[in-house]
Amino acid sequence: MPSNEALKETERVMVICNACRYCEGFCAVFPAMERRRNFSYQDLIYLTNLCHNCRGCYYACQYAPPHKFAVNVPKTFQELRVDTYQSFAWPGFLAGMFQRNGLLVALITVLSVAIVLLLTLFQGTSVVFSTYTGKGAFYDVIPYLFMVVPASVICLFVLAALLVGFVRFWRDMGGKLNELLDLRVMVHATWDAFRLRYLKGGGHGCNYPDEQFSHARRWFHHLTFYGFLLCFASTTAAAIYDNVLHWDAPYPFWSWPVMLGSVGGFGLLIGTGGLLLLKRQSDPEPANRRLLGIDVAFLVLLFLTSLTGLLLLALRETSAMGTLLAVHLGVVLGLFLTIPYSKFVHAVYHYAALVRNTIEQAESEHHKNF
Amino acid sequence: MIDLTQSFDVLIVGGGNAALCAAMTAGRAGAKVLLVESAPKHSRGGNSRHVRNIRYLHDRGNDYLTGSYLEEEFCDDLLHVTSGETNEQLARFTIRESADLGKWMEKHGCRFQPPLSGTLHLSRTNAFFLGGGKALMNAYYATALQLGVEIAYDSEVRDLEIDDGKFSSAVVLSGDDPQEIRAKAVVVASGGFEANIPWLKEYWGDAADNFIIRGTPYNKGRMLRVLLDNGVKSVGDPRQCHAVAVDARAPKFDGGIVTRVDSIPLGIVVNKNAQRFYDEGEDIWPKRYAIWGRVVAEQPDQIAYSIIDSKSIDKFVSPAFPPIEADSIRKLAAKLGLDPSAFEETVVEFNKCVRPGTFDPLVLDDCTTEGLEPQKSHWALPLDSSPFYGYPLRPGITFTYLSVTVNKQTQVLMQDNQPSTNIFAAGEIMSGNILGQGYIAGFGMTIGTVFGRIAGREAAHYAIK
Repeated sequence: MPSNEALKETERVMVICNACRYCEGFCAVFPAMERRRNFSYQDLIYLTNLCHNCRGCYYACQYAPPHKFAVNVPKTFQELRVDTYQSFAWPGFLAGMFQRNGLLVALITVLSVAIVLLLTLFQGTSVVFSTYTGKGAFYDVIPYLFMVVPASVICLFVLAALLVGFVRFWRDMGGKLNELLDLRVMVHATWDAFRLRYLKGGGHGCNYPDEQFSHARRWFHHLTFYGFLLCFASTTAAAIYDNVLHWDAPYPFWSWPVMLGSVGGFGLLIGTGGLLLLKRQSDPEPANRRLLGIDVAFLVLLFLTSLTGLLLLALRETSAMGTLLAVHLGVVLGLFLTIPYSKFVHAVYHYAALVRNTIEQAESEHHKNF
Repeated sequence: MIDLTQSFDVLIVGGGNAALCAAMTAGRAGAKVLLVESAPKHSRGGNSRHVRNIRYLHDRGNDYLTGSYLEEEFCDDLLHVTSGETNEQLARFTIRESADLGKWMEKHGCRFQPPLSGTLHLSRTNAFFLGGGKALMNAYYATALQLGVEIAYDSEVRDLEIDDGKFSSAVVLSGDDPQEIRAKAVVVASGGFEANIPWLKEYWGDAADNFIIRGTPYNKGRMLRVLLDNGVKSVGDPRQCHAVAVDARAPKFDGGIVTRVDSIPLGIVVNKNAQRFYDEGEDIWPKRYAIWGRVVAEQPDQIAYSIIDSKSIDKFVSPAFPPIEADSIRKLAAKLGLDPSAFEETVVEFNKCVRPGTFDPLVLDDCTTEGLEPQKSHWALPLDSSPFYGYPLRPGITFTYLSVTVNKQTQVLMQDNQPSTNIFAAGEIMSGNILGQGYIAGFGMTIGTVFGRIAGREAAHYAIK
């Protein structure tokens, strides 16, 4: 369960907002709020995870601090959102990862890199520091099974953890599992997610990093998100080449894995770099500083993943390849190990909230028509 | 830091909608403009920080207005609410000048929102700001800065040097020491005197102690007083104002929109003696919303209670303060501090007089009372479904109408009806020229925008001619 304080404060703020309603043009949160009069636990976790943190409502708020009502929706929501990440984490004993998340994610990543490097070095320095070219070069450094078996196990674990989180969250929002079988709903929600509809605010962009309306955050997020998807597609293509077609890596530049990975890698690099820069400039008021580490750790990890990947591509025919491969795989290992306990999970809960919102919108349209 | 020793073309006193419209217009005309706002930056914008929409003339609908709103209808609406207490020439002038204001506002950074559930009853006549008035003020301040307007926050104009109707300088308190600022013309757009309780008491007596001021605590009316003391002619009844019923638990100042109580037409309203005193169902709520401040102000101790039962609790926008709840009429009376027997008697009497009808909160329905004084004309349903709910009410003053007299150029008029050469006024401080009494939603912003623009233009013209 999220903390009582976070729930109480969110409820207090929502009651004031629901009496005001000036922000209803910004995003989906306020129309969803207007469909309610009271705010139960299930309403509050839903509304906070529907929020895309565009901050329009903060700068528009006549009750923002230092007003006595001290309404700060982005900050209040952020605090409860992180509480939901924590309470839906699986397995439960790892929920504490969201405390001091920045430090822990950094530690795990450093350890991952160290372990991969050490394991590689155990094979002898000549293996690591030689120059390999041609087919199977990567496996000369790190044997096939060492790459594939841990990766598969971790992937399955991550998928399971995210799925458990999604299902628990869905149920706690008051959802039933059969609602998720409605294809039209899922397509609509996916479309809202894929175009980051609610990072447009009321159509003019977010108030991010400051009071000015800007689309910068949405574009950098798009680069990050689609960059990540392309990298994922690249890995999938490589897996097919390797395991189905039995073509050994490294692949030539004009091959699907390398092309997708390069474009995706640059997207991820620019996207996460941009988001980090914006975060540095961003107004600290509509956020909780204590939770900054969660965002920064995940962005830095994605940034390093793309950076080491691109460096590996550029230098794969030199003697640096062995080290770079180990470092890159170490970073990727860190990324995947921490996925269920990092900012990554925002995608899962936002998506669930968008699905809920799609269903609710359809219901209220239905009521209007009859 | 702004160098206040330099001389400006136009000094703008105030930092709300009218002041910003004047500042942007004068800045665009090439004048060197200083805007002096008494509030700190976070509370800038006067009462405009709390507004939500503007009413203006438009001959066709658009993305955020659902249809046309033409001059005759606009005039009729205004004449109806003011009962003729208006300068009709100036009123018509205001309405004509408001034509397509939305385009000008968008050009200056305003963003509107499409009609949604919260705005529907006004969606044809009024355009709603995305995020409300504070968002509009943010946009206007940004535009004003781009146009070269200098802005001094936390700085109060204490006095104006006026000689024979001509302004020469102002005394500004910014920090600890008062400073003299010279300018060729001044636009006074510093609002009414609603936040000045001692001044309100001159007309309302001790009743004013029980008033809640819905908007900015900075509208003390100092400039209004200075102008009147310097021989500017006043207009308007000093007791007239925009006032709604607000929750008695609201903060003394700055509670804004969330303190309003919309349950009034759905039940009965009693005073501290547990007696009804006004027809709660006289007309549809948006048309009666702005009379209830005055109605409550006339009750003993300026307190009243809106009473509904569980049939109505979900039929109005839920206010920021929770209702006081009890499972019987007598228990509710005790919780509200009313005499249980008198309250019960009032409710029983009311219930007895309710005639059956078809309840519909959206139209003037046929649910009425018979043989009851005062009558409840519409939406009268017996109070018989526990739990019962009460909201304590106080008069919530939005802004006062007592004003300086102006002409169409917004020049203030002196006692002999001669216009001042270089003193212009816009916004609440001259609203009484048009609003003798009554109010229509979004019209304060119309007055502020129309006359703010004119004041900025005329002041700049005078200063740099």
